[in-house]
Amino acid sequence: MAESILSLSGVRADIDQYHILHGVDLQVPKGELTVLLGRNGAGKSTTLRTIMGLTTVTEGKVRFRGEDITGQPTPRIARKGIAFVPENMGIFSLLTVRENMVLAAVDGPMDPARLDWVFDLFPPLKKFWNRAAGNLSGGQKQMLAIARAIIEPRELLLVDEPTKGLAPAIINDLAGAFEQLKQQQVTVLLVEQNFNFSRRLGQSAAVMNDGGVVWSGQMTELAENDDLQHELLGLGLGEHQ
Amino acid sequence: MLNGMFNRILSGDYPRSRALSVLLVLIGVCLALGPFLFPGVRAFSMLGMICVFIIVVASYDLMLGYTHIVSFAHTMFFGIGAYGVAMSTDAFGSGFGAVFIGIGGAIVMSVLLSLLLGLLSLRVKAIFFALVTLAVAFAFLSLVTQLYNITGGEDGLAVRGPRELGPAFRPFDSKVPGFSVVDFIAGVFTQGSIGQAFNDAVFEVRVNGRHLMYYITFAISLAVFLFLLRMVNSPFGRVLQAIRENEFRAQALGYRTVFYRTAAVIVSAVLATLAGVLFALINRYVNPENTLNFELMVFILLMCVIGGMGTLYGAVVGTAVFLLAQNYLQDLLGLLVSNAEPGSLFAELAGPDRWLLWFGLLFVLSVYFFPSGIVGQLRLWAERRRERKAAPAASPLKQES
Amino acid sequence: MSAHDEMIGQPARPRGVLARFAAFREDKPHVFLLLLMMAVALVLMDPRTWVLLTISGLAMGAMVFLMASGMTLTFGLMNVLNLAHGAFISLGAFAGASVLVWLSRQASEPSLLINLAAILPALGFALVVAGLLGLVFERLVIKPVYGDHLKQILVTVGGSIIIMELIHVVWGPNEIPVPRPEALTGAFLLPDALPVIGGVALEKYRLIAVVLGLAIYGLMTWIIERTRVGILIRAGVESREMVEVQGYRIRLLFLGVFVAGSALAGLGGAMWAMYREIITAHMGDELMISVIVVIILGGLGSIKGCFYGAVLVGLINLYVGYLEPRLAAVATVGLMVGVLMWRPQGLIPVIKV
Repeated sequence: MAESILSLSGVRADIDQYHILHGVDLQVPKGELTVLLGRNGAGKSTTLRTIMGLTTVTEGKVRFRGEDITGQPTPRIARKGIAFVPENMGIFSLLTVRENMVLAAVDGPMDPARLDWVFDLFPPLKKFWNRAAGNLSGGQKQMLAIARAIIEPRELLLVDEPTKGLAPAIINDLAGAFEQLKQQQVTVLLVEQNFNFSRRLGQSAAVMNDGGVVWSGQMTELAENDDLQHELLGLGLGEHQ
Repeated sequence: MLNGMFNRILSGDYPRSRALSVLLVLIGVCLALGPFLFPGVRAFSMLGMICVFIIVVASYDLMLGYTHIVSFAHTMFFGIGAYGVAMSTDAFGSGFGAVFIGIGGAIVMSVLLSLLLGLLSLRVKAIFFALVTLAVAFAFLSLVTQLYNITGGEDGLAVRGPRELGPAFRPFDSKVPGFSVVDFIAGVFTQGSIGQAFNDAVFEVRVNGRHLMYYITFAISLAVFLFLLRMVNSPFGRVLQAIRENEFRAQALGYRTVFYRTAAVIVSAVLATLAGVLFALINRYVNPENTLNFELMVFILLMCVIGGMGTLYGAVVGTAVFLLAQNYLQDLLGLLVSNAEPGSLFAELAGPDRWLLWFGLLFVLSVYFFPSGIVGQLRLWAERRRERKAAPAASPLKQES
Repeated sequence: MSAHDEMIGQPARPRGVLARFAAFREDKPHVFLLLLMMAVALVLMDPRTWVLLTISGLAMGAMVFLMASGMTLTFGLMNVLNLAHGAFISLGAFAGASVLVWLSRQASEPSLLINLAAILPALGFALVVAGLLGLVFERLVIKPVYGDHLKQILVTVGGSIIIMELIHVVWGPNEIPVPRPEALTGAFLLPDALPVIGGVALEKYRLIAVVLGLAIYGLMTWIIERTRVGILIRAGVESREMVEVQGYRIRLLFLGVFVAGSALAGLGGAMWAMYREIITAHMGDELMISVIVVIILGGLGSIKGCFYGAVLVGLINLYVGYLEPRLAAVATVGLMVGVLMWRPQGLIPVIKV
């Protein structure tokens, strides 16, 4: 098992006056794609946001590459090499595709070779380079959101439900992009509701419920065990609340 | 039994702090017996202003403190009431009939304007609303200042009120004795003989129509205050507070928040108009500066916040404190610089004309460090004292919900 | 592949004059309103007066644009309502006026070049003083109340009082006359031979104000549209959080925008001082009303909207000021209310409030 590039221990987090995370323990192995599963409201998105420093951590520690990043301001966390693709994609709809990408390249002008690679992955971005990002279709916006996260080499990618609301053909394209990232040994923490997508890409998996991680292990373990799936995710027939 | 009576009068909304209760009783007594406790024109005028502005500030607190609606148009409604009476007595003579015509017209205009503002708040979000009210109030001020023929422009109008409310009217001939507490205390220290100080402190009051007007104002002020207290503790008031806490949630619960907000604005506006009417009759002179000025609007804001937003009692305390300070702080500052070199930086900074500078500074500091105002702070201290008395041992660990 | 090559959100081409007119009114409400106003005014007065008033209106608009641009950016980007903005305008006016008085020898020379030796320091000093105060103000007063609009209103109103009182302390409580530099006084006389507008006297200062306003508008637009900082600002107006997620310290950007906005307010104040030739500490209060109308009219966070809003406010002030002077302020506010009913987000909305 690879070493952990990211670890959460006993993390409790609040949004306003609500307690959302009740002690999350999570290890994300380096160089692998880890899927974070769970029902709606389990706290998956909040976990990602907490790693990025967008929520208030009341207890526990978040460690990245061994360094304690709990409570640090979001820009500093991002600069350490963590990219975040939020649930609503977070692209700037009033800016053009080009301007979105320029902003994403924090360290200076974009590397042409890397940009070509991004265009290979997501051809529509090249076609609509100078269009306002708000005019793109849902799938194209998602491509832009991911392209932004990978235009500069990052060590950790946090991606929140990229397939939500997308057509199967586009989901296929996205899967291909993630496969390439896996080949490049980029660590990905992927929050997903789409179990098939997760099963196809995930190497490790963790399941959340009620603000805590209730199971973690290899993806194959979960994929081959129908009872486990049913118990943790409510998948299959005869599910009960 | 007495407790029950208090409960009903105050609508269950007690001061909740002994210090505050004492303060309120003190203010109440001073206002009730004011003309017979404080001699002189200046003091009498200030008592009247305090009564009038308690209405203004308390109605403002309904919007600001209880519904978190920031409006800069409150002076506009105040001015409508004042000018309504001024213009109608100017046009129709000084009988009570003219006064009531003025009141009626002013209230109609206020209701219409506040409806317009409520409608605007439908179209624009909260933060726009504050700015829009500022602009609308300015437009109104400009209109009043420009229409010289009707409103007297910058010179304003003298208010010839009914004779019964004026200085010439004598309800009874005998003179009523008054006793000046301040003079008595000062006399005890300067003269040493209590008896002598006592004699010096007694003064005579020739009760006239102005005293009548004052007591009408006092009574209305008290009535309005208790009415507002009843209103904020009623179901309507609770919806306002729900809107204040989280408007979205209030809407989700099924309340048509726009109606409630507009209702709060209308009630607030009408009460301010009423205060304006009383102001015109008491002060006997209205002009844009003493009714519609932006500076006056800021003063109302100051009084509400310094007293304590969302408490209503804060309006009473804040008004009294502010008006006293405004009047006597200047004297104090004047005393401070009387020995300083004229023209020096110290004289410039601490001169009586710069009282607003220090007040502004105190205001800003109080927003940071005492955001709950005087009343809020007194209640907080009282609550802490009660908690300490109830649990002298170590505080229990907080359970997570 | 072709399914997601399509673009959504492209408007269909309109046909027919009426449809095109409606589309124009929808797409470019700012231009529509501007042309409408100018046309109505032209009908109500003779052409020569119209030319005079339009130039004056544009001049006023240019100066109000300077004052308002800072506030719209500050509010759009930082979601901060700074009601002390008027005090910055006043401060800039007094600072600029002081330098002009101090360098009155250079200012009273007829040569423009020598005048500039007084004008440029005056404007520069106004910029710097207002900018510095902006820096101190943001760190000290605004920062503790980020996110709380109510408290922002309270402390900035208090701050405004304090600043204006301090102006009284430093410069005295009376109004101060401001000497307009010699080369900028007077007017160009258009030759009588010109048709329609012949014989009109165009005040030099007003033309300069228009030119300067356009130049700064152009500069700001260039910065916003072409530079990285501009992209950051536009992104931040949309979502502060996502800008931070990308790794930018948006707090520094806030500070920079606030300082720039305050400096521009000071510059506008100094320009206004030379325009009106008399200043009081409370001039900022009155101009704030125009600023508020402009930013609400134009749309918060939009420089273009701010410019058009300012031009509209300047024009309506001058037009109504001529036709019925008593209603000038009412007309300005009425314009704002009217536009709000038509377009609740303003003419060129950038952010959804």
